[in-house]
Amino acid sequence: MALFLEILSWGLLIIGSVMLIIGGIGMVRLPDVFSRMHGAGIIDTMGACTILLGLTFQAGLGIVTMKLVLIVVFIVFTSPTATHALARAALHGGARPQLDEPVDDDPASQGEASSKT
Amino acid sequence: MMFAVTAAAVLVTMALTLYRSIKGPTVYDRILAINAFGTLTVVLISVYGFLSGRPDFLDLALVYALINFISTIAVSKYVEFSHMGRPTGGDELGDM
Repeated sequence: MALFLEILSWGLLIIGSVMLIIGGIGMVRLPDVFSRMHGAGIIDTMGACTILLGLTFQAGLGIVTMKLVLIVVFIVFTSPTATHALARAALHGGARPQLDEPVDDDPASQGEASSKT
Repeated sequence: MMFAVTAAAVLVTMALTLYRSIKGPTVYDRILAINAFGTLTVVLISVYGFLSGRPDFLDLALVYALINFISTIAVSKYVEFSHMGRPTGGDELGDM
């Protein structure tokens, strides 16, 4: 049982590390803000939560596990909220998603394109 | 051993995120990169606690996650409206 938990914990740590590096590469290479949020989402959800879950299996049952679960729950709740607020600020501030073909009517054109971009 | 590998991966990702936050063409890229950097700091504090055999740093990680969230919301709102209060225009943008 202890060996099983150890292997499970190591597997989760490895998966989390790979996902962190994938998200980091995505944040460097993706073209605009709204697609870089995808890389940040991979870092937050898949990378950080998987690594903290793997640490939970290392810690056993106690106050340390409780704190780790609390951190995971907090990241899961706050990361989409922060990304939503940031996307809204970016759309209001004039950043537009990069598209393949141009569109006629811009659905978010009431926020005037300011000089913040 | 495994904690050292995880900490190395976290440090590599922190370097990539920091590159984006320095290079980023818009201010939103920088905010996004700093938000991800804060999350990576939380993970690094936790992993280092297990690496050194004393997982007592998790309180610091928890507080860092809280402050990271608040700072991201505050900076987004400040950049969007140029001040911290509600907008005076009476439009529907005041509820962020």
